Amino acid sequence: MNTLPQQLANGLLLGSMYGLIAIGYTMVYGIVQLINFAHGEIFMTGAFGALTVYAYILPDGTSMVVAVPLMLIGGGIVSVVVAVGAERFAYRPLRQAPRLAPLITAIGLSLSLQELVRNFYPGADKARSFPSLDGNHDIGSVTISDADIFLVIAAIICMSGLAWFVRKSRTGRAMQATAQDPDTAQLMGIDTNRIIVIAFAIGGFFAAVAAVSYGLKYGNIDYRMGFLMGLKAFTAAVMGGIGNIYGAMLGGVVLGVAETLASAYISKIPGMEQLGGSSWANVWAFCLLILVLLFRPQGLLGERVADRA
Amino acid sequence: MRQRSLVILTSVLTTGALTLTACGSRDSGSKSDSSSTTLTIGVDAPLSGENSTTGLGIQYGVQIAVDDANKNNWVPGVKFKIKALDDKAQPATGQSNATAFTGQKDVVGAVGPLNSGVAQSMQQVFASANMVEISPSNTNPALTQGKDWATSKTRPYKTYFRTATTDALQGAFAADYAYNGLKKKKAFVVDDKQTYGAGLAGIFNSAFKKLGGSIAGTDHVNTGDTDFSSLVTKIKNSGADLLYYGGQYDESEKITKQLKGAGVKIPLFGGDGMFATTYIQTAGKAAEGDLATSVGVPADTLPAAKQFIATYKAKGYKGDYGAYGAYAYDAATAIIKAVKAVKDANGDKLPASNDLRSKVVDAVQKSDFEGISGKVAFDEYGDTTNKQLTVYQVANGAWKAVKTGTFNGS
Repeated sequence: MNTLPQQLANGLLLGSMYGLIAIGYTMVYGIVQLINFAHGEIFMTGAFGALTVYAYILPDGTSMVVAVPLMLIGGGIVSVVVAVGAERFAYRPLRQAPRLAPLITAIGLSLSLQELVRNFYPGADKARSFPSLDGNHDIGSVTISDADIFLVIAAIICMSGLAWFVRKSRTGRAMQATAQDPDTAQLMGIDTNRIIVIAFAIGGFFAAVAAVSYGLKYGNIDYRMGFLMGLKAFTAAVMGGIGNIYGAMLGGVVLGVAETLASAYISKIPGMEQLGGSSWANVWAFCLLILVLLFRPQGLLGERVADRA
Repeated sequence: MRQRSLVILTSVLTTGALTLTACGSRDSGSKSDSSSTTLTIGVDAPLSGENSTTGLGIQYGVQIAVDDANKNNWVPGVKFKIKALDDKAQPATGQSNATAFTGQKDVVGAVGPLNSGVAQSMQQVFASANMVEISPSNTNPALTQGKDWATSKTRPYKTYFRTATTDALQGAFAADYAYNGLKKKKAFVVDDKQTYGAGLAGIFNSAFKKLGGSIAGTDHVNTGDTDFSSLVTKIKNSGADLLYYGGQYDESEKITKQLKGAGVKIPLFGGDGMFATTYIQTAGKAAEGDLATSVGVPADTLPAAKQFIATYKAKGYKGDYGAYGAYAYDAATAIIKAVKAVKDANGDKLPASNDLRSKVVDAVQKSDFEGISGKVAFDEYGDTTNKQLTVYQVANGAWKAVKTGTFNGS
């Protein structure tokens, strides 16, 4: 059996998840030039928000068709509130401060959110099980689950919705203007604070969508899940060209596929047995990042032009 | 000039301080024949984060032993208390915890750690301080029998003991059950590259081949990984009828879930690192039929452990006593009994701190008593002589013992 199609599908799915989270990094960076390292934790709180809806609000035995949209709403609310709250109380007071200050704040916020969830969410000090969608479908030689289908559909809807919003809506164009030159945008009557809040909120909502997909796909969540996913998504955002929303998605997919293929095939190259296998996936992913940055420092799609938003 | 006088001042102060502390220890030594000495038993285990379910089982296992010793006056005139430090399953943290124990005068010995990798970094610290360390769960053979344990055994540290048996037996026991009991012929072997996991997987691998089975493939994962889809595809394609995993439950519960989710209905077989109720809670239905070996016999079936389990439940302690609670209890009991032996041999009073520590090491070596997990005694390497092992299988959402035996190695 040829495993390539299945491994490609695995990579694409993982990559879509990275991409959804990467949007949060890239949008915030595009507008305020801040790397929001707490974004991985916004993703994590979204997962716990969705779990709260399922485990504590909905009655037992609710059909997943009803539960999933409600979990999306619950997770979305939590993530958006955390993201906007972080902006309002942690980043806005430091907007005029040197670059390093908000960066350190972001790291502190990230640790605080992890510890808050670990200490105060019931049972969160170890992995909590999350309702998963287990149905399998065989398409040719590729097997994908219901959760994978959900992830793909959600990613496509979110991305096309965002593209439409940024290009066509009034607020979206205001975002592009703010990204280009915040001072001039303000002079033209754009409420830049509002635009920044919207950027954080969209990033938070996308993270929640990714978080629900993560839970449905892997069936459990824990308070540390945001760290590695956040790091990978940040890598995806940089690889695609930070500040560029299409770049974030492309970077995510490239990273996911590269990781999966590296862990599947590198050990088959003669002489490379020692450097292959799942444990080396991260090494190859970061090697790819270094290569991209060496030859295209602005990222795959990064161009410092107007559509950076 | 000024610097030299500073040096003199510092050395005078240091000497003074040292003399004072030396006096201090002699004081506490001579005070011990009065009836109020309290000795501390250190506990080092992961108490938060990864592996904390089993780690807490160790902490409270020791706690119950200490409570029993105090209540029943096992060592007349000596009370015990515990000092539990969290190593977060990190070797560096374990090492600094070991330093904290050896630096505290009233600590007489330590129970722990849970992880073999952590033990490696702690052994040297305890050895230099001549303090006894008994692990209830370390199973890597190199810890007691040296790096070249397979060919020539030499004991690296005479202060290190364990009440758990080794992976050399566990891996071979698992291979035997997989091949002869389950009739599996083609295994895929995965490990997490840690001292424990890689060691266990390597032993399973060679034992399974020796029995006549074939290895469909091998791979390694990182601790903390969450997406195993690429690995699952490889396993599916390899045609393996069994997945053997060397590592902890944190990863194996995710692997089994993703494996079964992809429609690969083969059992996952692991070591004692994944023998925990958390594994079943997290993996849910996917865990059905999965297997794990564990050292010793199940705590629930030990007649001598009934009282222990009742106490554990009555006190409402967190964590899981099932895997190592009884072994931690016996490890702490061995230290307590050694203190008694030293005290008895010394004219019914405790020697001074440093002397006490090294005498306790010798007394632990001579341990020979019936613990709640079975007979507690140590061979010339510091390994337990109790070589019972059990294979457990998940059935209807709980671990069920399917085979118990004493394994004498092959």
